[in-house]
Amino acid sequence: MSYEFLVASAIGVLVAGGIYLALRARTFQVVLGLTLISHAVNLFLFASGRLELGRPPIWDKTVSEYTDPLPQALVLTAIVITFGMTAFVVILSLRSFLETGSDHVDGDTVPCDAQDGLAEDEEP
Amino acid sequence: MALAMTLLTLALLPFAAALAIALTHGARRIVHSGIAGAASSGGLALLASLAAPALNGPAPSATWAWVPALGLDVTLMVDPLGWMFALLILGIGLLVVIFAHSYLDMNEDTGRFFASLMLFQGAMLGIVIAGNVLLLLIFWELTSLASFLLIGFWQHKAEARQGARMALAVTGGGGLALIGGMVLLGLAAGSFDLATILTRGALVQASPLYPAILALILVGCFTKSAQFPFHFWLPHAMAAPTPVSAYLHSATMVKAGVFLLARLWPVLAGTELYTVTVTTVGLVTMVFGAAVALFRHDLKSILAYSTISQLGMLVMLLGFSLEAAAMAAVLHILNHAAFKAALFMSAGIVEHETGTRDIRRLGGLAKAMPVTALVATLAAASMAGLPPLGGFISKELMLYQTPKLALFGTAWLLPVLATIGATFSVGYSLRLAAHLFFGAPREAEPFARAHDPSPGMWAASALLTGLAVLLGLVPMLLAAPLVGAVTGAVTGLALPEVDLALWHGVNLALVLSMIAVAGGVALLWQHKRLLGLWDPASLPDAKRMFERAMGLADRWTRRAIVATHTPSLQTMLLATFGVTILLVIEGAVTGGGRLTGTRPALPATLPAIIAWALLVAATLAVVVQSHLRLRVLIIVSVIGLVVSLAFAVLSAPDLALTQISVEVVTVLLLLLALNLLPKRPPLISSNVRKARDGAIAIAGGVLIGGIAWAMLTRDPGPSIAAYHLANAKSGGGGSNVVNVILVDFRAYDTLGEIIVLGIAGLGIFALLDSAARGAAGARLRAWRADMPHSPERHPMMLVAASRIILPLTLTVGIYLFLRGHNQPGGGFIAALVVAAAFLVQYLAAGFDWSDARKPFGEHNLIGWGVLVAMGTGLGAMVLGAPFLTSWFDYFALPLIGKFELASAMLFDTGVFLTVLGAVMLALAQLSHIAQRAARAAEEHEA
Repeated sequence: MSYEFLVASAIGVLVAGGIYLALRARTFQVVLGLTLISHAVNLFLFASGRLELGRPPIWDKTVSEYTDPLPQALVLTAIVITFGMTAFVVILSLRSFLETGSDHVDGDTVPCDAQDGLAEDEEP
Repeated sequence: MALAMTLLTLALLPFAAALAIALTHGARRIVHSGIAGAASSGGLALLASLAAPALNGPAPSATWAWVPALGLDVTLMVDPLGWMFALLILGIGLLVVIFAHSYLDMNEDTGRFFASLMLFQGAMLGIVIAGNVLLLLIFWELTSLASFLLIGFWQHKAEARQGARMALAVTGGGGLALIGGMVLLGLAAGSFDLATILTRGALVQASPLYPAILALILVGCFTKSAQFPFHFWLPHAMAAPTPVSAYLHSATMVKAGVFLLARLWPVLAGTELYTVTVTTVGLVTMVFGAAVALFRHDLKSILAYSTISQLGMLVMLLGFSLEAAAMAAVLHILNHAAFKAALFMSAGIVEHETGTRDIRRLGGLAKAMPVTALVATLAAASMAGLPPLGGFISKELMLYQTPKLALFGTAWLLPVLATIGATFSVGYSLRLAAHLFFGAPREAEPFARAHDPSPGMWAASALLTGLAVLLGLVPMLLAAPLVGAVTGAVTGLALPEVDLALWHGVNLALVLSMIAVAGGVALLWQHKRLLGLWDPASLPDAKRMFERAMGLADRWTRRAIVATHTPSLQTMLLATFGVTILLVIEGAVTGGGRLTGTRPALPATLPAIIAWALLVAATLAVVVQSHLRLRVLIIVSVIGLVVSLAFAVLSAPDLALTQISVEVVTVLLLLLALNLLPKRPPLISSNVRKARDGAIAIAGGVLIGGIAWAMLTRDPGPSIAAYHLANAKSGGGGSNVVNVILVDFRAYDTLGEIIVLGIAGLGIFALLDSAARGAAGARLRAWRADMPHSPERHPMMLVAASRIILPLTLTVGIYLFLRGHNQPGGGFIAALVVAAAFLVQYLAAGFDWSDARKPFGEHNLIGWGVLVAMGTGLGAMVLGAPFLTSWFDYFALPLIGKFELASAMLFDTGVFLTVLGAVMLALAQLSHIAQRAARAAEEHEA
């Protein structure tokens, strides 16, 4: 087992899980799917600088070997932007649920009021 | 330098006036017209100061680089042609401002009117003094937009809106063609600089692109100048207030096409294709427009069709590709501007004083309004081309040129058709004057109201008519030097001999002219009978055709959308994933080569394998148990944890810190959202669907994982990392290279990213702030926490612990921020840590308690953050360095010792503030709405 195998297979597993969840009908599942895919994408971008152990890109007079800092800088902002995107999508799906009473991604099918305690006529 | 500033001021003055008028929107009418008039007068003064160099050459010009990579420079150039048009634009602009001041009622929105008018003036002026064809295009588009605002000024009138839309569709559509034509022209000529292009006529005409260039530019010119068959928008644009018509349709907007034809004459004119196309279109437009004008009844409609006809004549003259014909066109541009603006203003006066523009209801007005009648009759006589007025000389010149070109190989075709057009012109001009001012009043009511307006209203048209008269009486004195210089600028040849006079002896032109006048008088005499023969229904109704075409475009667009787009996210995502997978398979099959490369592998340790197994198991658990939402959230955070561990091990400490702090706020966010979302929704996917999606997911995972594997087992290509590593400390003043890249090397990217994050935060606020209303509000009020709650709303232990944690966490955040330039940390990470510290307070003590005590507003944080980051960049520019150049130095203080100050630190402060604001805004809003809902539910139960 090498680190390369672990990272590549982890990316594959995250992508597979993410695609499956993104294709579900409920907004929450789709958000989870996007989260998994985002992890995979960030890992992939990071991996494009190749894997190195113990060579952080912190400059020092006595060190001559570093890992590539550029993918790290790109991924750092990508992680923060991922948060922004996730937050926006979550709020968007929440608002859509509040407006329509359905958390189906296409907004129209089976309303779920009956099961979820949002119906006004249902007593505890 | 002084010259450059004069040119720049000339170009910017109208825009500055538009801005000033917009800012004093609520002020009185006199303020608005005063600013507009002052700006126009100032422009005229500047223009006068440029007269000597512009007319005697070399043309004053100045250039500022704008987008050099595209060949787009801000080049301003005032040659004789541009100078004459600028004179018309500013001079008639000033008169129109004076006229509009009286014409518009006090209650009208004069701020909007004069601001739009000045915007238009600036755009128009830009066209004629632009020395770069790409810059010219920008102003060209701006005239279309500004004229849209002006034509549609009376928004409450349907025909104003429709007319404005039609004008925009036609001239804007032509503008698109013109963009294509100009870009091709620039490519063919090898430059976008106008002066350079004008010297490369032979090169352009030899280029295989020439036919396409010509066609596209002509479409642009013909749509703008209302040439057949694009003429139909102009009569509908008459729904505009009359000052607008006087301005746009005498000297400016519709002359832009004529101007461009004249401007590009040395490059485009002279070929068989050019001569035949332009002459024919102009000729057809001239005859057609004049014929229709004869039978219209609305004063402005008569003037609109007469404008179409006169523009046709100008286009035809330029089409001849003869120097003398170009001179006739230049002279007629001056004549037409004078008499047509005067006539439009007179029509406005008549409507203003009688309440109608229908010529069938008017008549005999000379008795009631003698000044207006005198002014308008003289202007109409100039339009008819009667001696001794200006229009006569230019019409003579035109008729004199017609036999010189054998159109379609037939020598008599042009003189005969041009004479017919001239006959119609005499006819409608005479009818306009005769039916309006002479004879008996046709209806009593408008006549009874009629009287001359105050001089403020007729002064402008009287001045213009005076010019039209003088252009006929003393043409050599008034116009010859200007016409000569402008003709030279149009043709690019030596200055021509200019001989303008009313009497040239008996020649063919005089004979044709006399035929036209006699014919025109006959038309007026027989007008009633001809009107009976004229059947307006036999003409195709351009408006209906236009609307039908728009309807068709609408329908086909909708069909295309329905055919290619489904409103289902699931279907679209399926297609996206499917196509991506197919593309990867295609690449793998055709690419060849081995999957595994030769780079030596790093052997994994046991803890790493355990962490990996944890991640795989967690992902599977998320997929399988995605309906158990709370549990899934906990598992998702495990995945984030493993990812940050991976970053930590694989030499990316900054990423590990970022990932773990983002994970905290993400889980908090999802928890809050889940509180309001349904917790256990029914399973709605069929097994078939699940199997299909599972297959796609596995295929995608294997392929992407394979790509990652193939990449990781090969050595990377040449990297620019060495540059960053070598210059981080010496050039950027920091040893944490990742942070130096973020705040220095690629700070522009970071600036963009924090702006995006700020927008996301504000978008979330917008989505949630309005959620309390309407259907969403009703659902929120009906919301009921369906999970068992702790009887203690804010547990004492948690509250007490969180209060102690707050200062500690803040200290950690500040520490991370300060050391970020040299050690793992920085603005992004510090902001996330600080946000987490505050959010714990919200969690423990509730929204109200925390919100009341927080020392900042999230909106301000986002705004200040972006401003600070931007200000750091601009500060570098003030000091003469490029945007976002960093600076640093080392200082020493007693007790503290040596320390570093860097401008990048200030930039990082901007990053910190924006990220903190965006994160806080998202989460605080979400928790607030949950609290609002909970409180409403409690009240409901109580």
